[in-house]
Amino acid sequence: MASIVTRVKKKQISELMDKKKRMDDRDLTDYREMKIEQGIIERAEGSARVLLGKTEVVVGIKIEMGEPFPDTPNDGVLTVNAELTPIASPKFEAGPPDEMSIELARIVDRGIRESKTINTEKLVIEPGKKVFVVFVDIYVLNHDGNLIDAAAFAAMSALLNTKMANYEIKDGEVQIKPGYEQLPIRKHPITITIAKIGDKLVVDPSLEEEEVMDARISMAIDDDENICAIQKGGSGYFEPDEIFEAAKIVKAKAKEIRKKMNW
Amino acid sequence: MNDKPEKLIDKKGLRLDGRKADELRPVKLEVGVIPNADGSAYIEHGKNKILAAVYGPREVHPKHLALQDRTVMRCRYHMAPFSVQERKSPAPSRREIEVSKVIRESLEPAVFMEYYPRTMVNVFVEVLQADGGTRCASITAAALALADSGIPMKDLVVACAAGKVEDTVVLDLMDTEDKLGAADVPVALMPNLNAVTLLQMDGTLTHEEFEKAVNMAIEGCKQIYVMQKEALKKKYMNVSEGIKEEAEE
Repeated sequence: MASIVTRVKKKQISELMDKKKRMDDRDLTDYREMKIEQGIIERAEGSARVLLGKTEVVVGIKIEMGEPFPDTPNDGVLTVNAELTPIASPKFEAGPPDEMSIELARIVDRGIRESKTINTEKLVIEPGKKVFVVFVDIYVLNHDGNLIDAAAFAAMSALLNTKMANYEIKDGEVQIKPGYEQLPIRKHPITITIAKIGDKLVVDPSLEEEEVMDARISMAIDDDENICAIQKGGSGYFEPDEIFEAAKIVKAKAKEIRKKMNW
Repeated sequence: MNDKPEKLIDKKGLRLDGRKADELRPVKLEVGVIPNADGSAYIEHGKNKILAAVYGPREVHPKHLALQDRTVMRCRYHMAPFSVQERKSPAPSRREIEVSKVIRESLEPAVFMEYYPRTMVNVFVEVLQADGGTRCASITAAALALADSGIPMKDLVVACAAGKVEDTVVLDLMDTEDKLGAADVPVALMPNLNAVTLLQMDGTLTHEEFEKAVNMAIEGCKQIYVMQKEALKKKYMNVSEGIKEEAEE
């Protein structure tokens, strides 16, 4: 029975944490080694691959022309989608997106949207009629825990690497001109996930930690150290003080990573 | 309908509907409203009108979802096509799928899941009218429906949002404040266990504002918690009085 194995593993992980250690020798607030590569897909307008330990996520950005939403005629459109490809884990199945992939896409979406990372006003071709639509497609290639942070870093890295076509309007028709422009980016949100296991909080949970965790909390921090998105997940709970403690850890961690990334 | 009000908070610090910053909208709760369901509840929270019904524990369908050591909870949050200004397609949207997930995860910690292995508990939430804060009102009603179904629980779950409107941290945002405000922080709480089972946020808040919003939302939850217990008692007082009358006859 899987649950007995899980309980044994939880005990093992918890006992290690009492000594401030983890299964892979990290400190409680350490990230796994992260590698970011940009521009790996030439056909996409922007792309990036993130390796977070053994977790691997690719994000590709496509930009197309489309209609704005009726309530925001002067803004371009951002669409985030996530695919948990069956390549990435024995637990993933092909098929329409399940709640896990929808949640993943929506957390990454909120981090980018609420921090106003993309200057969507600059994506308008004709107010109310024609705008650029930015498609952010998250592709999970290997699942070893903390897909949220890996996907958020990959999405941000890909957006920073995104080029838009130049265009001009001739006789009311949009014509593409040679050359490219950088996608207008004004913020660099950093999303950090903390898992609660027993009464301990750990940063960047691995898959085996996720399997035994009580709950997780993900927070996106913008360039001014404000919080711009939060999502609690998992079937456990946080005490209010644990939430505030998590917010402190996230703030410090985001600062440290921002410096490293030069964002 | 789309007229944007100039100010969301007036000089006296009152909001569009005349509330103070830390004031809840009127809340009305009723338990046992769907005769066919094992448990049910209805909530009016401001202009939100929401029904929650619980079926189970019952046979797992499809069977492969069954767990050997505990029950499986499934939750479906759904908005009626007429619940919002522009008709909403009845097909479940990505938002509804995400909200269903966070509602389920906010209720699971309250239920003794391990008492009912190889079974399923279905929680159905139908939003008849939406006015901002539907996920919170849904949780408050769904927890009552679960309690009404008789499944053993550690505590009720009660939810309420806080947020930021203009420069003020306020409690229980209504639709206009949610759409035009600076941030929204829905919180669900098991008050007796001091346990937060739902926490989300969108918008922009400093760390200080965030702490203030969470604490304000928790206070709001505690106020609704009192009403929740009253609503439960009301139904079962009526039931016990009915039994007494029958005995006297």
